[in-house]
Amino acid sequence: MKVRLKIKRFDPEVDKKPHWAEYEVEAEPTDRILDALHSVKWLLDSTLTMRRSCAHGICGSDAMRVNGRNRLACMSFVGEVLKEGNPITIEPLLGLPVIKDLVVDMEPFFAHYRSISPFLINDDPLPENGRERLQSPAQRERYDDTTKCILCACCTASCPSFWANGKYVGPQAIVQAHRFIFDSRDHGVEQRLKVLGEYDGVWRCRTVFNCTEACPRSIKVTQAIADVKRVLATGVIDYE
Amino acid sequence: MTQIHQFDAVIVGGGGAGLEAALHASKSVNTAVLSKLYPSRSHTGTAQGGIAAALGNMEEDRWEWHMFDTIKGGDYLVDQDGAEIMARDAVDAVIELEHMGLPFDRTPEGKIEQRRFGGHTRDEGKAPVMRAAKSGTRTGHMILQTLYQQCIKQKVHFYDEFFVADLIVQDNICRGVVALDIRQGEWHVFHAKAVLIACGGFGKMFQVTSNAHELTGDPVAACYRRGIPLEDMEFFQFHPTGIYKLGILLSEAARGEGGVFINDKGERFMERYAPSMLDLAPRDMCSRFIFQEIKAGRGIGGRDYVLLDVRPETINKFKSAPGGKTVTAEYLNKALDDVLEFARVYQGIDPMKEGMPIQPTAHYAMGGIPTDNDARVVIDDQHTQIGGLYAAGECACVSVHGANRLGTNSLVDLVVFGRRGGRAMAEFCQAAHLAPLPKDPEAEIVAEFDRLRTAKGTERQVTIRREMQEVMTEHVGVFRTGAGIQQALDKVKELQERFKQVQVHDAGKIFNTDLLEAFELGCLLDLAEVTAAAALNRTESRGAHYREDYPNRDDAQWLKHSLVAPAPGGGYRITYRPVVITKYQPKERKY
Repeated sequence: MKVRLKIKRFDPEVDKKPHWAEYEVEAEPTDRILDALHSVKWLLDSTLTMRRSCAHGICGSDAMRVNGRNRLACMSFVGEVLKEGNPITIEPLLGLPVIKDLVVDMEPFFAHYRSISPFLINDDPLPENGRERLQSPAQRERYDDTTKCILCACCTASCPSFWANGKYVGPQAIVQAHRFIFDSRDHGVEQRLKVLGEYDGVWRCRTVFNCTEACPRSIKVTQAIADVKRVLATGVIDYE
Repeated sequence: MTQIHQFDAVIVGGGGAGLEAALHASKSVNTAVLSKLYPSRSHTGTAQGGIAAALGNMEEDRWEWHMFDTIKGGDYLVDQDGAEIMARDAVDAVIELEHMGLPFDRTPEGKIEQRRFGGHTRDEGKAPVMRAAKSGTRTGHMILQTLYQQCIKQKVHFYDEFFVADLIVQDNICRGVVALDIRQGEWHVFHAKAVLIACGGFGKMFQVTSNAHELTGDPVAACYRRGIPLEDMEFFQFHPTGIYKLGILLSEAARGEGGVFINDKGERFMERYAPSMLDLAPRDMCSRFIFQEIKAGRGIGGRDYVLLDVRPETINKFKSAPGGKTVTAEYLNKALDDVLEFARVYQGIDPMKEGMPIQPTAHYAMGGIPTDNDARVVIDDQHTQIGGLYAAGECACVSVHGANRLGTNSLVDLVVFGRRGGRAMAEFCQAAHLAPLPKDPEAEIVAEFDRLRTAKGTERQVTIRREMQEVMTEHVGVFRTGAGIQQALDKVKELQERFKQVQVHDAGKIFNTDLLEAFELGCLLDLAEVTAAAALNRTESRGAHYREDYPNRDDAQWLKHSLVAPAPGGGYRITYRPVVITKYQPKERKY
């Protein structure tokens, strides 16, 4: 069937400001939005610019706004977003500077990621037998949800607090912090809470739940943020 | 204006192999990682099922058994000294990943939990063994994340979204690379004592593939264009369980947990083909058997796919779970989380209620840039090196996978040889001087890009790409014949000619993916040519290379690695390198 796409275009070498362009492509309801974008790029206008790689929801490259919601283009389907008579609108993520068309500057996003020390901190001697540290299945399960994050930015770029203030670390950085704070092997909690307890830390979250709705990995982002707020308020971490 | 940077070590690629190398090299020398994607987007992240290591956490296991399985799985084309190193180092490397913070699944005692995988056996083939350390079905994701985290901790220099287009080699010494900053459109020369290529695979030469769009092998093509031979390129793995039509991978973990192949008659057809390993036979065999079922008219509804059935009632009927234990939907939903999610999202089915339609999908290059056991690039049977050049991961050929890679061994390979490569280059850099750059090292590649950028040709990229993918799938796929491969080779050469007239419409500098896709297509065409040439040359069947006109393995003629290099004045020449055999003499391969 014929499907209309309305795409926000911006070429920094030509345009003063972004503009909308409409394209009509052949697509099936089961096709990914990414397939439809490829139809535009490969058949109609090869200057259309976006990031993408794995095309099945793991690499996190193709986060964008489809019909006003943040999604991965490879995990949303034409049939699912198509509304009778209306074109499918596709825009770059909000809250991050646009480089070209659907490509945004990810540097501020990754800077927030790095700010919470996203790595295991534990200077204890390693087990003498040369083997793994032990962790019970329940302890492992405690932080399982937040290990799923693929750093796509769907959450942070859906957050009104982040739109209003780009200094806010944003849901993604808090999810990453959660992954370590609740890992029984980690000793870096103070270092992370120092960042997250500040003015631009977790308290900027107004519990709007946009992040949870946007997450393509179905991470309970708002829950994770609440967990971190509770640790800040009580000083207690439940590792199981 | 071209910017010039100096580093001791430059690593091309931010996936598992590149980050392992970066982590170990940067402990002692100044190291940069150049990656055309943000490292966390790399394809290592899509590996699902596990990473093999004879930890013995679930049952008795020995690294010697892992070594044997790797050699037999590779149909005896594996260099056995390399396989020994890999199997032995795997244990320590996996423990090291845990120490870095990797969230492995745990046994009730708190140890790393392991599962079964295809071709991994106890006591040299007696029965399947639980060897794959895992993190749900996102083991690769966790490896990639953990290594990236550690590199951030260690403050490795990252050049993200830098496209490496050329290698600077003079007098058999590698002096650096030329890269395009994708975002700014500016050229950069990275002058280095040592360069490690870790750019992953190039499965995009095929139509149905599990490979990411970005897997186009550009730095591998750059090596080839600079005269470095590529080894064993005829061996390309087709994974048996790609999602029908899309090629997205459904992990072998599904069969490790008890999933079975089912044909149109409802038969578990692997009983006929591999009575001992059944559905956990190696991938090359499973892919052939699936196509044999389809050819015999036993595809589902007579069509070109079969089912991968992981419903609890099926697994319990066949007692196909480890130890014949009874499984529940609840258990499978947890153990196979992402696998089942892919089927739900991309096939719209509930895999707890129906079988998943699958077909073999182009997955992994066993061949690549020839290296020794420390990732040093060696170009002939005399052990001649390209000074300062290293390669690791899928783009390299150690060779530890021989003619067919076992499941999970890609992650083992990239961790073990990425680490060894990083250490070796650090040692090299501490002793070596920075070899001078030739004059204008970027001139040639910049001219090529400028030509492409302004090309107002008549050929559409998409047409050339599709024709290449179709002919490679049809004739250089699971089943091959001399006549078919020749047809593919002729077609690829025709496409290389037509590529000279390729269209690029975006003449801009900033984030010009139109230009990059065109350049990538040219790289894929060269690698497709090498793949087809090597496949035509090898007149035997071994592992993933199955020639219908030469259906038997021929050790007398072909127990050797092939090396395809560009010939001076056009075309290519093929030379050979012996297989290193230490402990296991080649035997017939049965499962």
